[in-house]
This record gives sequence, C-alpha cells and structure tokens, in this order.
Amino acid sequence: MLRYIAKRLLLAVPTLFGITLITFLLMHSLSGDPVMNMVGERASPETIARIRAELGADRSLPLQYLGYLKLLGQGELGRSLYTNRKVSDDLLQKFPNTLRLAAAAILFASLGGIVLGIISAALRGTFWDRLASLISIGGISIPVFWLGLTLMLVFALSLRWLPPSGMGNNDPAYLILPAMTLGAFSLAYIARVTRSSMIESLSQPYVAAARAKGLREIAVVGKHAFRNSLIPVVTLIGLDLGSYLNGAVLTETIFGWDGLGRYALDGILKRDYPVIMGVVLFGAMVFVVMNLLVDISYHYLDPRIRVKAES
Amino acid sequence: MIKTLVKDSTGNLPVLIAGIVVALLALTALFSPLLTAYVIKQDPLAMDLDSLRVPPGKAHLLGTDSKGRDILSRIIAGSRISLAVGLAATALSLTIGVLLGLAAGYFGGAVDAVLSQIFDVFLAFPSLLLAIGISAVLQPGLASAMLAITLVSWAGFARLVRGIALSLREQTYVEASRALGASSARILFRHILPNALPLLLVAASLRVGGFILLEAALSFLGLGVQPPTPTWGSMISLNRAYISSAPWTVLFPGLTISVSVIAFNIIGDYLRDKLDPRFQA
Repeated sequence: MLRYIAKRLLLAVPTLFGITLITFLLMHSLSGDPVMNMVGERASPETIARIRAELGADRSLPLQYLGYLKLLGQGELGRSLYTNRKVSDDLLQKFPNTLRLAAAAILFASLGGIVLGIISAALRGTFWDRLASLISIGGISIPVFWLGLTLMLVFALSLRWLPPSGMGNNDPAYLILPAMTLGAFSLAYIARVTRSSMIESLSQPYVAAARAKGLREIAVVGKHAFRNSLIPVVTLIGLDLGSYLNGAVLTETIFGWDGLGRYALDGILKRDYPVIMGVVLFGAMVFVVMNLLVDISYHYLDPRIRVKAES
Repeated sequence: MIKTLVKDSTGNLPVLIAGIVVALLALTALFSPLLTAYVIKQDPLAMDLDSLRVPPGKAHLLGTDSKGRDILSRIIAGSRISLAVGLAATALSLTIGVLLGLAAGYFGGAVDAVLSQIFDVFLAFPSLLLAIGISAVLQPGLASAMLAITLVSWAGFARLVRGIALSLREQTYVEASRALGASSARILFRHILPNALPLLLVAASLRVGGFILLEAALSFLGLGVQPPTPTWGSMISLNRAYISSAPWTVLFPGLTISVSVIAFNIIGDYLRDKLDPRFQA
C-alpha cells in the first residue's frame, strides 16, 4: 500500500512541473516584462528589485523558469495589480467558499443523478425513462451560466422563494440555486452512468434469482441491483471532482458567490494577470491532488484494483 | 457506411429531429448575412434607441435587446461564430491529437513516455480554467477562441488515438504489411488510421457540442469574439442585468445554444451506439 502511494506521488511530480511550465510560458508570452506582470506597477521598488533578482529577467528562458519555480516554492504567486494583495492570500481566503459550494453541488448531483438513473433503468422504455434521458441530455447541453440565470429568474426574481444572489452569512437558502446550477452537468452524467450500470446489473442471474424468490420489485432494484451498480458511479463522481472548478467560474459569477471563480473573473475583467495565472495554477494543482486522492482511495477500497496494480 | 447511418436514423425520431436541427443550423450559419438582410430584414448591429427591450412581437419576432438591436437577427449572425469555432476547434484538436496519439501508440518506448506525459499535463488542467488563461494572454477574438479551445482539448483525442494505435499495431494485417517492408508512415496512415476512423468520428461528434458550450462560456466571460459582433454567449452577458424586466433578451440566445448543443449530443450518442463496438449489445 505505502509503496503504491509513493509510486503514485512520484508519478504526479512530472505532471506538476509540466503545469508550472505551461503557466510560466503563458505569463512569459504576455508582454515584455514578466516582472511587472507579476508584481504590478504599484509594487515598491524593493519588491521589484527582489523579484527581478530572483526571476532574473535578463537570463535565459530555462533559468527564468527555475527562478519562477523558486518563487512558487516560497508560495509567491505575485500580487494583484489592483489591490496589491498577495494572490496566494486571496486564494486561500476564497477557496473555502468554493469548496462549500462544490460540496453542496456534489451532494445534489450525486443524489439526483443516482435517483434519476435508477428510475430510468427500472422503468426502461417507458415515458419516465424517456423523460429522464431528456433531462440528462439537457443537463450536459444547457450552458451553465444560462441555467443559473434562468433558475434565478424563476425561483428568485419571479416566485421569490429563494434569494437571487450573495452568500447571506452562510444561510443555506443562498446555497440552493448556485448548487443546483453547478451540479446540473454532473447530475446528468451520473444519471447516464447509473442507468447503463443498473441495466447491466438487472440482467444478471442473481437478479432473476431474487425475483424468483418472490422479492418485491423495489427490493430487487433497490438492494440487489443497485449495490452492484455502484462502482462505476462512484468512480465517475470521484473523477469528476476537479471539473467543478470549471463550473464554479460561471456559477459564482452569476450568483455573486465570493469564491475562486468570481475572483478569477474579476481578474479577467481587469486583465489582472497574476490573479488569472494564480487561479489557473491553483486550480490545476487542486485537480491533480484530487485525482491522486481518488486513485489512492480506490486502491484502498477495492481489492480487485489493488491486486491488479500490484501484479 | 454513411448511407446506412442516414437510413437507420429515419426510424429514430429524436435523431431525425436532431439531424434536421443541425442541418438548419449549418444553412443558417452559411447564409446568415443573406437571411438577416433579405428574409427578416433586420441589421444585427443597428441600434435603435427608440425601441429598447421591445418584447417579442410583429416588428421584432424575438424582441430587441438592451441597445434596441433585433434579437433574432443577432442570433442568426451569431450562429456563424458558434459553428465556426466549434467545428474548427474539433478539426484542429483532432488533427493534433491524431498525429501525436498515433506516434505515441505506434512507436511506444521513449516517444510514448514523453508524449503521454505531455498529454497528462494538458489533461491535468480544468479545461475552462486553462482556456481562460490562454485567451487572457491572447488578443481576444475569433482566432484566439479557436486556439484556446484547441489547446485545452487536443490531449483528450491524443490519449484516445494512442490507445487505438496501441491495440491495432499488434494486428496481423499490420504485421503482414511490416513484413512486406512497408514504411511506418504507410502503416500508420494506410492501415491504422482508417481502422480508427469510426471511433474518431464518434469521439469528435460527442465533443462538438462541448466546444460550442466552451465558446459560449468564453464569450460570456468577455474572452471570445468581441462586440459589436454578436455571439450567443456575449448576448447573454450583455443583457443579464435586464433578465427580470426583459427576460427574452437572455432566454432566446440561451435556448438557441441549448437546442443546438442537445442536437449535436443526440447525434453523437447515436453514432456511438452504432459505431463503437463497446456499445453494441
């Protein structure tokens, strides 16, 4: 087990370096002076001198990259060109808000997707199955930002059931619409995978045996078939975690949620490059770490995967 | 192959409707300047300060936006951008993905190790975030939107093609060809690529819708094609302040995106069911 974790961690190292190389090249391609892009014009001369010395803007590209890595190693992502605050501080401050929104969205997507998938598999070929497939194809096709605006229009501005935007001092009512918006895409995918996995389980001999035994259909579907369909569904939920960062940019913008996504958008609108690159780099890091955790937890949970990897 | 696919689809109502939607969309995009000028007789760029946010009606079928511009004509004009970016990004990322994926899967060894590592790095970014990073450093516009979408999506195709090449290079007909002294290029492009085509078609058709969504998202964030040129995504962001007083300004562009992407996805699903052996019951 430890050996596997060590191996997996080691494999992530070149990926992390690759990510920093890409963000470095993006920063470098911006304009003539990467130092000014990083610290901004309002930075004190000492900061500029220090960063310039570390970055070595007059050195060759590979050496500059090493300088950039050294800065990253110290947790230095530069400062916002507008607020002059450290990007790393802002990221750490806003990340918990995004996490809270993402957790609610994952809960909504998992529950909704699994229920929808089970219904359409159990009632395969009926009107309900077709309705569920329509919902799931809609979920992956409707633009997140438009879905959010439409939900806001219907449930907040017209019906006035829910608040339209903001975070409302952690009042859960403020979380509902953004979580539905952010979770819709995953819900649709989870429903599709649950459906096909359930259909496969329902055709297995043990399901026929359970039915022959005289079990009620709800017990056959809910207990026997469902439990055995869970692995691909859980895999999907795990692998999908990182992609919530994509939706978060759009969802947070629409609902005025003070997380990473809205922070990124503010950066985009003001062409605040250290902010944009900070979020991109941080997002990719989170993505890699999530995948790593998912991989390791599978290895731990599913003995079949464990045997395969060790053989 | 194409003949049977088209024939089979006539018995499948959702696929048939999706096919018609995509065909109409393509025609609209192709003839959009003629359509706006002669059929609906509205200029998508002309602002009319006397008719701001007019509800849908006789004069303006889908109403006007916050600057008094006709929404229907803007949707028609915007179809060009969406389709052009969606299709160009598919073609470009597929080409890069095929070339690098074939090389990695066929040559194996160090070539594979290096290329696969590069694929992994690109796949490690959340796609919209990387696209934002790329389009932020470029001059926003049509070309940069295409480039950004291509750069975030080629690696997915590359990984797919690598897997296909890996399994096909062990086939007997490839061995036979190699024994006859065929060059690597000949084996790759005459034997392996044609056999990978159905799976590539499936993968590409399943991604077009996603690319249209990505373009819409970039436009919505102000990183796509710039105003005054209308795009579906920017129409939504420019009017979102008026969503409760003039909902049609936001609803119609969004519906257009949704319907188009649903149509592409239905076709993608259909092709996958027909062409991907893993989905054949």
